[in-house]
Amino acid sequence: MARAKSDRHHRSPHPPAPGLRFLLLAALSLLLLVIDHRHNHLDAARKAIGATVYPLRVIVDAPVSLWRWIGETTTSRNELLLENSRLNAERLLTQARLQRYAALEAENVRLRSLLEATTSVRDQVRVAKIMAVSSNPFRHVLVVDKGTRDGVFDGQAIIDADGVVGQIIEAGVLSSQGILISDPDHALPVEVNRNGLRTIAVGTGEFDRLVLPFLPNNADIRDGDLLVTSGLGGAFPAGYPVAIVDSVVRIPQEPFAAVSAEPSAALNQVREIMLIWSADDDTPATQGPEALANEESTDE
Amino acid sequence: MSKDRDSNPQPVIISIIVALMLAISPMPGWAESFRPDWVTLTLIYWAMNLPRNYGVGWAWIIGLILDVAQGTLLGQHALALALVIYVTVTFHLQMRQFPTLQLSITVCALLALYQFILFWINGVAGVNTPSITYWGPVISGSLLWPLMTMLFGGARYRVRT
Repeated sequence: MARAKSDRHHRSPHPPAPGLRFLLLAALSLLLLVIDHRHNHLDAARKAIGATVYPLRVIVDAPVSLWRWIGETTTSRNELLLENSRLNAERLLTQARLQRYAALEAENVRLRSLLEATTSVRDQVRVAKIMAVSSNPFRHVLVVDKGTRDGVFDGQAIIDADGVVGQIIEAGVLSSQGILISDPDHALPVEVNRNGLRTIAVGTGEFDRLVLPFLPNNADIRDGDLLVTSGLGGAFPAGYPVAIVDSVVRIPQEPFAAVSAEPSAALNQVREIMLIWSADDDTPATQGPEALANEESTDE
Repeated sequence: MSKDRDSNPQPVIISIIVALMLAISPMPGWAESFRPDWVTLTLIYWAMNLPRNYGVGWAWIIGLILDVAQGTLLGQHALALALVIYVTVTFHLQMRQFPTLQLSITVCALLALYQFILFWINGVAGVNTPSITYWGPVISGSLLWPLMTMLFGGARYRVRT
């Protein structure tokens, strides 16, 4: 823009050599890259630029929303009735399951108080819509329609009805970016539900596969084991299902077994997700890493 | 040349906004790796035809927007775009004389340069980009280039009035 203006003043017959300008901008970009990569000090700048991208996202998302709206408004009465009865049946089932859960929770609280441990409180959950998915096939990033205005914070856990989806990496004002657990750069601490064995689940870049690269050959793990969040990393609350182990290969001469698992959540099919606020902010901090997680959720 | 200075910025701005929208719109999985670099193509076109108005500075700012939109390191697309547009502006007089095929090959080289800068920064930052499909946008972009020039040809007359 500045360039167009200066051109108007100079009226030189040839375009001015852009070499110097390029060198300056290149140096500036390198500086930005280093600061962004090493220190994460550029959140404010990101948010400012992100605000200009938001209207574009809304426009891009508009046809899809419109299509869904048309679909919703034109479903026939019959279909609605069918869906209604299906949902009713589903609700009865979940309620029946919940009854047992309530009893178990009460028992858990009682046992925990016997052990004088902190009670785990129910997490608060809010539904958000996915506005866009990453346009870069090598990064599994999505954009959700909730931002800091709704209390979203960096590092917040994202789940869907079946399990953990990912976490927020960049909370904007109106929309936020989240990273999926299948991103090759993402790792999360999990434990095997059957025996409490702790390990790390790392994304592979494929939506339907996570790997557990740090399990020794003699680890007690087998096909079909459910992995749940251990809550030890600080970002995810404990006890949410993550993946089911689908292959364990033990190679005698290698130090670690090759274990892979299939995520419980349908990572490339979700449209609605849920954001978790760990509710136990003011319980006394007794368990180190979990207390950390609680603190994180307070500073939004 | 003097026409460049008093050009109408509207078609340029609209085309860049549309390119940004195409860059962030969702695509089916198989097509994702062949998504052309719409923004790069658009900027190359305008830098080639109106190098005085839409040069390195513009490219850099739009690169920053792309960085935020795609969630990459801040400055990554900005640096790559600024370099590509710098090369385009430097050789714009030659490029305008090229026949279509030769120009497409040149654009292919520019897109490869762009992807290489991104690839290189990813490598330094430790973001792995494993497969050969990473270079898909270069192919799809250079195939699309002749179509884009035809489409923009009309718009350019309006810019130059």
